[in-house]
Amino acid sequence: MDMQAQDITISDNRTLSLYERMLLIRRAEERLVQAFKEGALPGNVHLYIGEEAIAVGVCTHLTERDWITSTHRGHGHFLAKGGNPAALFAEIYGRGSGPCRGFGGTMHVADFSMGILGANGIVGAGIPIAAGAALSAQLEGGDRVAVAFFGDGAANRGVFLEALNIAALWRLPLVLVCENNGYCEFSPTETVTAGAIHARAAAIGIPAVAIDGNDVEAVFDCAGAAVARARASGGPSLIEARTYRLRGHAEAEVYWLSENYRTDEEVVRWQERDPLALFVAKLQRDGVANAAQLAAIDAAVTKRIADAVEIAAHAATPAADMLQPFLSGAAGTTEIR
Amino acid sequence: MATRRFIQAVNEALIEEMERNPRIVLFGEDVKISMFGDTKGLAARFGASRVRNTPIAEETLAGMAVGVAATGRPVIVHMMFSNFLYAGFDGIANQMTKLPFMTGGQIKLPITMLCAYGGGTSTAAQHSDTPYGMLMNLGGINIAVPATPADAKGLLKAGIRSGYPTAFFEARTRGGEQGDIPDGDYVTAFGTARIARPGRDVTIVAIGAMVKLALQAAETLAKEANIDAEVLDPRTLVPFDEAALLSSINKTGRLLVVDEARDRCSAASHIAAIAADRGFHLLRAPVRRVTAPNIPMPYAPALEQLVYPSTARIIAAVRRLIKVDDIAASDHRAGAETSR
Repeated sequence: MDMQAQDITISDNRTLSLYERMLLIRRAEERLVQAFKEGALPGNVHLYIGEEAIAVGVCTHLTERDWITSTHRGHGHFLAKGGNPAALFAEIYGRGSGPCRGFGGTMHVADFSMGILGANGIVGAGIPIAAGAALSAQLEGGDRVAVAFFGDGAANRGVFLEALNIAALWRLPLVLVCENNGYCEFSPTETVTAGAIHARAAAIGIPAVAIDGNDVEAVFDCAGAAVARARASGGPSLIEARTYRLRGHAEAEVYWLSENYRTDEEVVRWQERDPLALFVAKLQRDGVANAAQLAAIDAAVTKRIADAVEIAAHAATPAADMLQPFLSGAAGTTEIR
Repeated sequence: MATRRFIQAVNEALIEEMERNPRIVLFGEDVKISMFGDTKGLAARFGASRVRNTPIAEETLAGMAVGVAATGRPVIVHMMFSNFLYAGFDGIANQMTKLPFMTGGQIKLPITMLCAYGGGTSTAAQHSDTPYGMLMNLGGINIAVPATPADAKGLLKAGIRSGYPTAFFEARTRGGEQGDIPDGDYVTAFGTARIARPGRDVTIVAIGAMVKLALQAAETLAKEANIDAEVLDPRTLVPFDEAALLSSINKTGRLLVVDEARDRCSAASHIAAIAADRGFHLLRAPVRRVTAPNIPMPYAPALEQLVYPSTARIIAAVRRLIKVDDIAASDHRAGAETSR
């Protein structure tokens, strides 16, 4: 896809590539903040701002042939895995040109041609789907892997334990990436989650680590080991990446919440640990890129997102006849009446 | 033709389809030892890679089936007792039946779920349900409820090849029943009902295990009351053969639906609705149903027999539906005979 063509310009520099991909997600999500406020979106969105280092650090190890499943907060995974930003925006805008034709929308962005098996509106549901994809990979006998992204809330679902158990028993090429952002919707994680999430995997023999999810290079290194292990038929691994949601659970929450569920001080503290800002500082400190070079990448990414939004905003809404193929087959025979 | 037991026919279908398509994988709880006999011998025949015993984890099994199928591999998942579908319901209701649609048709999901259903054996309410009505309402899964060994084999093969999520319900009390099955490879098309017994006076639509009861009732009605009942076996509930239903009530003018599931929002109530909606002008009597009351299945045989539909209840319902004195001389019947 066009995204990869663009990457080639900085592909010689893996570190800059990480930056560019994180920035792509950040600018896309910021644009959605604006679009939501303007009323340009059909509904609510759950944004990934503050968590970009995880999707990018992990997906940089994957190819189009590998599979991922994602969450209701899934735009970042879609872009990190190589999904087309124009396609992403078309889907979120509910356009017929979206990869899911506007049938899925923001919580269900998927592009199977890129190995993106979909964001999912049910917390934890992507875990067994990724385990199934990993079984496919194992039966195929190659070196494909499947990665399940999920939140700390999903670690309290039964499917988390069920899938871990099967993945361990069958040594599935599965990487489980828990994005622990400190909140299950509006409940602080520690009030609904006993013990440490990574320890749950360790208890059934799956290698598991907890890492700083806001440090993209730490994520990259850790994910590299987990993906390599899966590719070499070494079985599943779990990464618990500690991070923070810099936006709320959902953009619409400001309209329905009657009280704050986190303090301004806490948000500010994490803003100071913004994964993108941390990485920019490091790139400059290490002399990987200067401010002008970073600004040039930013300008290109920003334009790319602006173009994607422009295309989506002017694309046609889905035509009624797009439902037609679905009124038979798995649905039996049905009609609109 | 060869004679097979119902469960042997299912087993043959699985063997033939797994031989025909080496990509198919089958998994579920105890599929190796096979509680019902339907997956017996498969593990030895196809190996531990393609036939896998799983932990008891229905939601994950359903979700994994989605992941396997979405990545290009047909999958058969055995859910054991149909009540266990409830334990796996997110994987079925939110994933399996939704994702082909929600992804805008990017994927097909060739998933076949097997389960044993129904009452009549004192396994109490958590092992006796008949939950196909619940799946009918999902709008993304085909549903087969075969009544004969021949249809069990043909429908299962068709379902596996269809590319759609398919639920295959095996009546638990019918596994040992024998019947003739055609030789060689064959499929039974979904959405084609079977006239199990032709008749002129009343249409009895009977689902799955109820077909046998309906046929017994029809014989008694013919002998004792000179009532000629047509028994229609829909074979699949999704898709449902509306044309066959309407054609039959066009002939008989009366409809009784027999379903062992609870009555409310059931296959029976839906079939009755189709008749009322599209066949109102064909009916000369109200549509009646013989179903289970809206309570869980009791354990004690004396109580279970009250809840579970019986030939006696079918016969009584037909008798109420037809005023026997009227029928011999009725214009309807005379007309029907003349038109033949």
